[in-house]
Amino acid sequence: MITRTDRRAFRKMSRRELLKLAPVAALGAFAIPALRTPLLQAGLATSDWISAKLFRAGHLATTFTDAELTPPDKFPINGYDVEDPEVDFAAWSLTVGGAVQKPGDYKLPQIQALPKITQNTRHVCVEGWDVIGHFGGARLSDFLKSVGADLSAQFLTVECADDYYETLDMATALHPQTLLCYEMYDQPLTREHGAPLRLSIPTKVGYKQAKYLTDMKVTNVVQKFGYWEDQGYSEFYGL
Amino acid sequence: MATQVLTIENTKTGDAAQAVREHPLIVRLCHWVNAIALFIMIGSGLQIFRAFPSFGPKLPEKDLIDLPRAFALGGWLGGALQWHLTFAWIYIGTGLIYLGYQLFSGNYRQILFVPRDIPGIWPMVRHYFFFGPKPPSREAYNPLQKQAYTSVIGLGLLSVMSGFVVWKPVQFSWLGWIFGGFHWARWWHFAVMVAFVAFVLGHLVMVALHGWNNFMSMLTGWKEEPDYPVE
Repeated sequence: MITRTDRRAFRKMSRRELLKLAPVAALGAFAIPALRTPLLQAGLATSDWISAKLFRAGHLATTFTDAELTPPDKFPINGYDVEDPEVDFAAWSLTVGGAVQKPGDYKLPQIQALPKITQNTRHVCVEGWDVIGHFGGARLSDFLKSVGADLSAQFLTVECADDYYETLDMATALHPQTLLCYEMYDQPLTREHGAPLRLSIPTKVGYKQAKYLTDMKVTNVVQKFGYWEDQGYSEFYGL
Repeated sequence: MATQVLTIENTKTGDAAQAVREHPLIVRLCHWVNAIALFIMIGSGLQIFRAFPSFGPKLPEKDLIDLPRAFALGGWLGGALQWHLTFAWIYIGTGLIYLGYQLFSGNYRQILFVPRDIPGIWPMVRHYFFFGPKPPSREAYNPLQKQAYTSVIGLGLLSVMSGFVVWKPVQFSWLGWIFGGFHWARWWHFAVMVAFVAFVLGHLVMVALHGWNNFMSMLTGWKEEPDYPVE
């Protein structure tokens, strides 16, 4: 197909074609500081929305043999503030509230009375490193059922002895590998690893697996999402 | 798809030049948005890598590469992740639109490297790197270009696939298995980035050397005075 034109008409058409690329300039919005933050927040929120859609309630994280375990002394200790918030174990209890039928203070033996699960799973840090640990504890889903939690609520929030705080989506809270963890490597949790009780969630990145738990709430309303999330990290960060 | 050809007449001299329409608007849009997205993905990716500059315990456990700050985007790990996870979707989106368009329009034939292009590789290499004679052009892209543009689409696919494994090793465990596990997926993701950088550098050098008409054709869609026969 050959058509004829003259130089002026060709220049005009070329300019018109060039202008059709104007939509590309919309990305320039990311260069404007006032727009950058809301745009990146929207981008991260989109990413989290896709993350939640990709999560499969019945899909289990890979489990490993004992030979593949990272030795306990090589398991990194990542506290955000202090490694030992000096929890008084004798006085400790988990205060449960929100949309539950049996709110109150739960002592460790009450949690240990639930069926015990042990699993060798991968712990992945947002920084990129990972280790394989041996974790023991009660299924969070068993505990939530035992306290009569409203399982249709959106969130589970936890607070910690070191002022750390976190929020979990209910789907992940009910995942069969999500543990209220009180043992690592068949020993009671050490203080650096979050004694007496922490979360172990093989389907979530490390910063979601809060240590030194003191409070738990089932809720649909979240004001502060999590210590790291409130500084700009992903809220969902499922693996 | 019939090639669109224009004969541009010079009303003063009566000379005529040809111009051929090489790139539809959708391809040009995808090219430029993707180029920006790739730049941001590499910059933010390097900042993310700085948080743990290694590939996992099975590979050396020390800082492999001390990357200069100047190449990193996002300021800190959280900021870089925001950039990376925002532009990932723009990168994937333009990639899918581009691939879909190429497949359904048949336009992919322009750049798809096929077995009959193999004999043309060596003459082009000889021309580019060893001062050999320029082989005659038969179509818009020579065999070496086709090889490069076909490979870079493969790199795009690999970057997304390895990225999904690094981002979601649990949900994409089957994909992780293909890459040889979580640590090797990190390695692949990094290696693909290095290959992309090599491609982009080569691409820019070629455009700078003899590509003004090529460059304009990626902007306006029209290439003036094509050096290959058009019908």
